[in-house]
Amino acid sequence: MQTKDFLKQITEASGVSGYEDSVRELVRTEFALYADEIRTDTLGSLIALKRGERSAETPRRSIMLAGHMDEIGLVITQAEKGYLRFSTVGGFDLRVLLGQEVVVHGHRDLPGVIGTRPPHVLSSEEQEQVVPLDRLFIDVGLTEAELAESVRVGDIVTLRRDFTELAGGLVAGKAFDDRAAVACIAQCLQHLSTLKHTWDVYAVATVQEETGLKGALTSAFGIEPDIGIAIDVGHGNMLGVSEVDTVNVGGGPALGFGPNIHPVLYEQLVGVAKKYEICHQIDPIPGASGTDAWAMQVTREGMPTALISIPLRYMHTTVETLSLKDVERIGRLLALFIAGLSEESASELGLAR
Amino acid sequence: MLLKELSEAVGVSGHEGAVRQLILDAIKGQVDEHRVDALGNLIALKKGHGEKRRKVMVAAHMDEIGLMIVRIEKEGSLRFRPVGGIDHRVLLAKKVLIGDKKVPGVIGSKPVHLLEPRQRQQVVHVEEMSIDIGATSQDDASNLVKVGDYATFDVSYRELGGQLRAVTGKAFDDRAGCAVLIQLLSGTYPFDLYATFTVQEEVGLRGARVAAYSIAPDVAFALEGTICDDMPKLKDVSPTTIVGGGAAITIMDRSVIADRRLVDLLVRTAEEHGIPHQFKQPNMGGTDAGAIHLARTGVPAVTVAVPSRYIHSPVCLLSLNDLDSTVKLMRETLMGVNDIELNR
Repeated sequence: MQTKDFLKQITEASGVSGYEDSVRELVRTEFALYADEIRTDTLGSLIALKRGERSAETPRRSIMLAGHMDEIGLVITQAEKGYLRFSTVGGFDLRVLLGQEVVVHGHRDLPGVIGTRPPHVLSSEEQEQVVPLDRLFIDVGLTEAELAESVRVGDIVTLRRDFTELAGGLVAGKAFDDRAAVACIAQCLQHLSTLKHTWDVYAVATVQEETGLKGALTSAFGIEPDIGIAIDVGHGNMLGVSEVDTVNVGGGPALGFGPNIHPVLYEQLVGVAKKYEICHQIDPIPGASGTDAWAMQVTREGMPTALISIPLRYMHTTVETLSLKDVERIGRLLALFIAGLSEESASELGLAR
Repeated sequence: MLLKELSEAVGVSGHEGAVRQLILDAIKGQVDEHRVDALGNLIALKKGHGEKRRKVMVAAHMDEIGLMIVRIEKEGSLRFRPVGGIDHRVLLAKKVLIGDKKVPGVIGSKPVHLLEPRQRQQVVHVEEMSIDIGATSQDDASNLVKVGDYATFDVSYRELGGQLRAVTGKAFDDRAGCAVLIQLLSGTYPFDLYATFTVQEEVGLRGARVAAYSIAPDVAFALEGTICDDMPKLKDVSPTTIVGGGAAITIMDRSVIADRRLVDLLVRTAEEHGIPHQFKQPNMGGTDAGAIHLARTGVPAVTVAVPSRYIHSPVCLLSLNDLDSTVKLMRETLMGVNDIELNR
C-alpha cells in the first residue's frame, strides 16, 4: 500500500496500549505481503520474518526492526450522573483533552466528547486553571440507565481524529507516535522485496511501548536478533520550542546518538545515508531514549542497538504532524542498510561468529 | 437532516454568507418575500391572514464563534485571535479550516515531554498559540491563507443515539435556533411572521439590533442553542439548563428581562400541550432578545432555547428531543400570540 494510505488506515484505527488487536490485524495484512512467516507473541507484538538469501556456509544473522503500534489513550474509571470519569493510559498533557472527540469502546463503540464548561459560567479565575483529571468527563449522550448497560469500568477510550493532509507533504493526525514507524517498516519491507539481502529481517510492530517498552522487551527476547533498530518519533521543530531540543520536520531520518546507541551501528547507518545521499540529521540523546531501543539494548546478554527518529511536531496530541517524505526516507534507508549487511558488518559490530 | 448541514457550514461572525445561502435554499418557497440587509441579516416574511395583523419577529443567529488569522510568521505558522467568546483552554490540539478555501491546519501544542512540571499546570493563552498548515515560510503560507481569514473548527456532525437522541457537532449555538426557525416556516400563522436569521450575535448582538429596527415588530422571540452546564461539579451550582429537560424558557439573562406576558404564554402553552420545558437559570449569557427588546420604543421579547452542552467549544452536544420540543412549543405558542394584550 502507498505510505500515505497505509498511515491513514492504521492511525485512524484504535489501538491503545494493551488493546492493539485491531491495528495488529491491519499491520499483519500489510506485512504479510512481504514476509515469509508471521506470528504474534504472548504480549501481542506482531513479528514478521523476511528471510535473507545466503549460502549454506554463511552464518545466519538477523536484524530486528521495532516500531510500536500502541497509542496513548484513556480508560473509564467510573460513571456518574450520566457522565464518565476516566484515567489515562500513557503520558498525557491534560491541557489538550478539553473539547476532544473520543470513542468509548463499551458494549459497542460509543462516540463521545470530553466536555468543557461553557465560558459563560466560568469566573476569570477558573479560566486560568488547568482542569484536573478528576474534573474532566466524557459525555456519550446517554442517560444514566443506558450508560449502566453499555459502559463498564475499565472500558478503553480512543481519542478520535481523522487523518489530515496539510501543505508541503505534511500530514496531521493521532497515533503517528508510533504507527508512522510501522509505516516506515512497511516501506522498508517493500523496498527489500526488490533488493537482495543475506540477513534475516524481523519486522516487529511492538505493543505497550507507551506504558513501559513492554512489547519490545519480550519480542526482542523471543527473536534473539544480532542487532536491533528501533524507529520512533522525535520532537520536530515548532514555534515556542528551542531548536536545541528538536530535529527538523522534512529534514530526513534523525539518527540517534548516545549511550542507547551502538557507536559502530550508528556510523554504519550514517555511512549508508551518505552513500545513497539520503538527507539525514543527528539527534543527540544523552541518556534514556524512552523508546523501544532502550529495552532492546539490554535484552539477554545485550545487543547493538540504534534508533532512527521521525521528526514529529506536537507529540502525544491528536494533531501530531510529520512529513511523509521523512517516513519514506527512513523506509529506504533501512532497506539499503539491511541490503548492505554482511559478515564484515557483523565483525565491525563485534558480533560472535 | 438540516441540523447537520447547518452545523457543518462555516459562518464566523462577520462572514455568515455560506450559512445564509444554505438557509435561503431551505426556506425558499415557504416565505412570501425575503431580503438581505446591510449587515447581512436574512429577513424573510411569511404573510399571515386577517385584517389587522401583528408583526411577529422570530430571530435566530447564523454566526458562530471562531478564529481570525492576524499574522503570518516568518517560518510559515499563523497567529490568530478568537472571534467571540472562547475559553482559550479548549483550543490546543484542534484541527481548523481556514478561509473560504478551507485550508486545513492544526493548533499545535508543546509536547508534554518538554514541559516543566509547573508548565503543565499553566493555561496556554491564545497569544502563545499558532496554527500549523505545513507551510515552511511566510511566502509559502501566503499562497494559501491571508491575514484576516476566518477559521473554524473542523468537526463533523454525529448522531450518538439513545433515548435522548443526542447529537454532537460544532456551532449548535445557534444553528440549533436556525433549525427550529426553519421548521417553524412550514406552518401558517394568523400574523405576519418575520423569520430573521441574524448576523454578529457573538460579537455583541449587532445584527438583531438593526433588523429589529427595520422590522419594527410588535412582539419578538429569539431562538437559541443555549448554555447547559449539567456535568458533575464540586460545588452544587445550577446546571443553567439540562439536556433532555425540554425547551428552555428564559426569564431573564444578562441582556434582557423577558416580557412576562410572553413567558406566561409559553408556560401556559407548554402545560396545555404537555410539551417538555424548563427554565434557564437567570442571569447567564445574553441573546438577540437583548438587542431586539430595545429597538425603537421597545419590543416585548423572550428567548426560547435548545439546551446545548459545551457551546463555544469545538464540539457541542444536544438532544433532538429538546429540539423537537422547542419547535412544538414555538408552533403552539405562536398560535396564541394574537390574543396577548400588548397595551399596558
